[in-house]
Amino acid sequence: MEEINALELKNISKYFGTVAANEGISFSLKRGEILALLGENGSGKTTLMNMISGIYYPDEGQILVNGQEVVIRSPKDAFAHQIGMVHQHFKLIDIFTAAQNIVLGVERRSIRGINEEVKEIAERYGFDLDPKKKIYDMSVSEKQTVEIVKVLYRGADILILDEPTAVLTPQETEKLFSIMRAMKENGKSIIIITHKLHEVMEISDRVAVLRKGRYIGCVNTAESSEMELTEMMVGQKVTLNIERPETKFDRPLLEIRDLCIKNDMGSRAIEDLSFFIRGGEILGVAGIAGCGQRELCEAIAGLRKVESGGIYHEGESIVGLSPKEITHKGIAMSFIPEDRLGMGLAPSLSITDNMMLKNYQDRMPAVEESGESAEAPDADLAVQTEEPGAAPAGHMEEPDADSAAQKKNGCKVFLRRAGDRIGRFLNRYCGFVDRKRARQQAEQIIQELDIVTPSTETPVRRLSGGNLQKVLLGREILIQPNVLITAYPVRGLDINSSYLIYDILNREKKGGTGILFIGEDLDVMLALCDKIMVLCHGRLMGVVHAEKTNKEELGLMMAGSLNLMEEKGKQMGIAKDTQIGGDASWNE
Amino acid sequence: MDIMFFSSAIEFGVIFLFGCVGEILTEKSGHLNLGIPGIMCMGAAGGCFGAKLYLMPTDNPNGFVTILMAILFAMLFAAALGAVYAFLTVSLRMNQNVTGLACTIFGVGFTSFFLNTIVLTEGVSTKLSYAGQNFFNAALPGAESTGWFGTIFLDHGTLVYLAIIIAVLAALMLRYTKIGLNLRAVGESPATADAVGINVTRYKYSFIILGAAIAGLGGLCCIMDFNLGNVDANVSQTIQGIGWLSIALVIFTMWKPALAIVGSIVFGALYILSSRITMISFEQIQLLNLIPFIVTVIVLIATSMIGHRETQPPASLGLSYFREDR
Amino acid sequence: MERIKEPLLHITRRDGMPLWKSMLIRAGAVLIALVISSIFISAAAPNSQGFFGFFGSFFSGSFGTMRRLSQLLRETSMLLLVALALVIAFKMKFWNLGGNGQILMGCLASAMCLVYLGGRIPNGVLWLIMFVVSILAGAIWALLPALFKAFFNTNESLFTLMMNYIAMYLVAFFITHWYPQGSGAMPSMSEYALIVKFSDPSNTSIWGKTIPVVLAAVLVTIFIYCYLRYHKHGFEISIVGESVNTARYAGINVKKVIIRTLILSGALCGLVGFLLVATVNQMITTTMDGNMGFTGIIVAWMGKFDPLVMIGVSLFVNFLTRGMSQVCIDFGFTSEALSDTVVGLIYFFLIGCEFFISYKLHFSKGRAKKDRPDFMDPAPKPPEITDTTAQTQQENTPDAAEETA
Repeated sequence: MEEINALELKNISKYFGTVAANEGISFSLKRGEILALLGENGSGKTTLMNMISGIYYPDEGQILVNGQEVVIRSPKDAFAHQIGMVHQHFKLIDIFTAAQNIVLGVERRSIRGINEEVKEIAERYGFDLDPKKKIYDMSVSEKQTVEIVKVLYRGADILILDEPTAVLTPQETEKLFSIMRAMKENGKSIIIITHKLHEVMEISDRVAVLRKGRYIGCVNTAESSEMELTEMMVGQKVTLNIERPETKFDRPLLEIRDLCIKNDMGSRAIEDLSFFIRGGEILGVAGIAGCGQRELCEAIAGLRKVESGGIYHEGESIVGLSPKEITHKGIAMSFIPEDRLGMGLAPSLSITDNMMLKNYQDRMPAVEESGESAEAPDADLAVQTEEPGAAPAGHMEEPDADSAAQKKNGCKVFLRRAGDRIGRFLNRYCGFVDRKRARQQAEQIIQELDIVTPSTETPVRRLSGGNLQKVLLGREILIQPNVLITAYPVRGLDINSSYLIYDILNREKKGGTGILFIGEDLDVMLALCDKIMVLCHGRLMGVVHAEKTNKEELGLMMAGSLNLMEEKGKQMGIAKDTQIGGDASWNE
Repeated sequence: MDIMFFSSAIEFGVIFLFGCVGEILTEKSGHLNLGIPGIMCMGAAGGCFGAKLYLMPTDNPNGFVTILMAILFAMLFAAALGAVYAFLTVSLRMNQNVTGLACTIFGVGFTSFFLNTIVLTEGVSTKLSYAGQNFFNAALPGAESTGWFGTIFLDHGTLVYLAIIIAVLAALMLRYTKIGLNLRAVGESPATADAVGINVTRYKYSFIILGAAIAGLGGLCCIMDFNLGNVDANVSQTIQGIGWLSIALVIFTMWKPALAIVGSIVFGALYILSSRITMISFEQIQLLNLIPFIVTVIVLIATSMIGHRETQPPASLGLSYFREDR
Repeated sequence: MERIKEPLLHITRRDGMPLWKSMLIRAGAVLIALVISSIFISAAAPNSQGFFGFFGSFFSGSFGTMRRLSQLLRETSMLLLVALALVIAFKMKFWNLGGNGQILMGCLASAMCLVYLGGRIPNGVLWLIMFVVSILAGAIWALLPALFKAFFNTNESLFTLMMNYIAMYLVAFFITHWYPQGSGAMPSMSEYALIVKFSDPSNTSIWGKTIPVVLAAVLVTIFIYCYLRYHKHGFEISIVGESVNTARYAGINVKKVIIRTLILSGALCGLVGFLLVATVNQMITTTMDGNMGFTGIIVAWMGKFDPLVMIGVSLFVNFLTRGMSQVCIDFGFTSEALSDTVVGLIYFFLIGCEFFISYKLHFSKGRAKKDRPDFMDPAPKPPEITDTTAQTQQENTPDAAEETA
């Protein structure tokens, strides 16, 4: 007798535009097993699971539940086939109790007795859940419990958990795992998405591996090892030709000492972190999503409160300074949060206006520079649109009957001068913004970085993802920082654009800038960065030289199973020639 | 005297109560309807029109039928304007503040015009005030014989009891029923509600229109119950003022219909206070009129300062929901 | 297997539309509304002058006489001033619904000067003091909600709404305080009027009150246009309106921007109050604001928050209102309330038509053929939409499922 699979995927593909997020994926989930879906960031795990849970609809392929082919168009359809998914970002209503959230939208006559029902389900699987507790009073793990019970309440037999451990402490993770085992005992089939190898080894029966949107294979966990899985996940070494120019490392520009930061939920995002960046080096930050990179960036840029510890720029503490002051010290951040337009760019404003975002308060220089006339030839046009009514109309009426061309030219120059002068006056004494310079800068970066846009006045909202990244990075580089923080600068970019970004970073590096590069793709980081710092749950796992390490080592460190800090027994992350405290000299 | 004052406070307060409960239901669906003053006016216009339709051809009018006709048409007219608001803000996703203000401008103007030109033809006004005094203000049996108890609790017209019943029902509905739960979910986070399979658009439409219909009864109540059926020229202006206060009352009662019963009586008392205190001068009356508004502002500030999650407006109040924006 | 019904239409956001096309849609909406109301009115009016008489009256309301034209310009300027005051707050997504109250406080401050200082100091000084205190009064009235918004995130629309009524009853209080015997009105103190005098007294009576108001409107329009477009403050306002997070990232002090902007907004409303008392009325009533605080919101919104477009919109709104009042008079309606009704109706149409300007409707072209594989669906795939129904709309029949079933 052949066993019927709880869930079977046949040749599933999904394309976003021309990009294949999933291509020809087939695998199956047996009844009563825990299957781990393993893959690097961007390998298409979540997309695949979203298709099973009804968020997306596959472009190709079939889904079979209990041997029957089904069509899943909405989360409701998925529930009808007893499939439930717990998303990474919870969908809960804050002011409702746990029980209310759990029964919301379920077809039932009244809401009487829900507390008892929820309690009963929670107890059956060993959850510790108070049905009357409001969501806003809950910790992250409690919220996750609510989400899981919500799925169970709808009678799901197949549960999909998307990176459930990313937000949990090790103890909470342990608890979740015991619950998952209890659910397995109850005959539920579970898919857990993760990229933490040790968890895979601990919890799963089988492992399915995805790489770059393709299905690599499926192995029994018991017959496998972390090394084998890493190889499957990472695949053949991709030959990347990213340049890593040799530069002479400068003194430490940015030093972080014993830094502690809290995240939005109030728990520790970064704990006792110490590291430093030298001028002329690229320091990569590797770590799984949510290991505190975001909070670290925000803290350095002055957007997040520092709990304890210090951030020093050229030996001076910058803790407690405003973002503006930090920018003026020469620290630039090009940080792209999950929502690209959420921070850093103002979506409805033009590229020109977005160029001004950081330096709109700067005043023009008081005296005209001699190189003035060498400026862009179309500047005169810009000036006139800049100050309507401000340019004296009277000068237009000068007669140009004889030797028209020359005089016209002279008049033009005169007008431009006058316009410039008025513009400068308005900028210096009336607080007008210098849009002319911003426009020139916009044109400059459009040209240098090959940004595809109809004009400098196009709202950035209409640009594609890659072009947005370029605008963002271009702006940060224009202010000539000596420390540049860049997070996921190539996310969503095609190969050519990515290389352009790497070139830009290398150019900055050669110019002596210290760069903190928060990346996702280990191959890229190994090729581009000089050193790589690995974070796991906000703790430093070690700083390694990119030439002397490999992906496996990094992967183990990211998962927290290799901690170089303990091994070496010496304190890492503190420069010998630290700039903190007096004028410590450096020689290298 | 004091008992009479309390009784009048209740009678005036229910006008607020209608508007307030209507607006609470609307806001719970995530829509701040600034058209409530206009919608209440529409209710007044519709109610008078309905009463007229029945009273004019009838020689010996029946009180019950009169009230029923008035209520029916009041709700119909108010719901019509509510439907326009719902269409513009839910389906067409236009700005709620702007649409609401347009509703108020339209409703107030329309009512003033409609009452003066179409409703108040020859002989209508006497019939209306007859109905107002004898039907709408008919007390419950025992109002006379039970002393102060009767004066406070029994000596009111039908609409007063209707208002309280509606408020209680709304409170029960929001708190204990599945529909109430779904409605609150829609107002808090339409995206989440949508994801669990609640028909967001249907809920928004239903409760905006239902809220408008209830608010419309407030306008009817103002004319037929409190004003004893006397339609004066400025009635739509008066109702407009009451309408804005009803919206304020929603904040005052922290989006709870049960609290709104108490709140509206307090507001009613504050509102009529100036006309009941005989010993003070005319200018002091104006200062007394300020009290309800100042109290509202203080409550608004206090709730935002305390910042307790449950005294806050529905989280997505005022934001239109477009699924594909997610 | 249950078949899912495909929705009839699918709505997407439009990226932009040529100006002429959007203007055509708006003009169409107004025309439809006008035709509907004209038919209705010419049929129902006691003294109907027919369908064409309607439009005759309509235009004569604004352009019939010199006086009407002057009044149109004056009211347009006033409304424009209010809308400009509000627009700077709206650009920041601060819903200042308190225009009425801020205007009234400006009026009250001016009237106070008239009552207490009138005749005791030279008129020039009087006007100057009136100007300053009116602006201060308006600014303070807007500052209160702004402070609480900035520090406690208090809901500003309800706060400002309540401030309207507090202002109204304060005015009522002062009127009864000054004139206890009067019937709630203040007699006009026209001897202190700030009016441009012409040699011909009839010109003075037509244009005298209009010129200062129009002048103020022109200056303020230029100022606000430059402020929003070229000034650093205007830039900060638009960033805060876009996203508070981005503003923080750019190093903007969001609280400061909110407070500063609202002071300016209230001050401009106060200026309108000053103009109302000093040039137009020389007295005060509780309804002096003429609901401009609300109409101004509609003007600002319909003008897409662009000061130059708002000139046109406020002119149009006043043209409508005046035209409708004239129609009411000419057609023998005793109440002018009908004009509000029709104006409200036109607002509905104008608001509604904006939908067709900012969104695009896609009508479904029916289902794809049954035997065609899913991936050959010619319908354009929407980009990464994490949306359930958008998916339902684009996909084909569950054909494969039916074959197995």
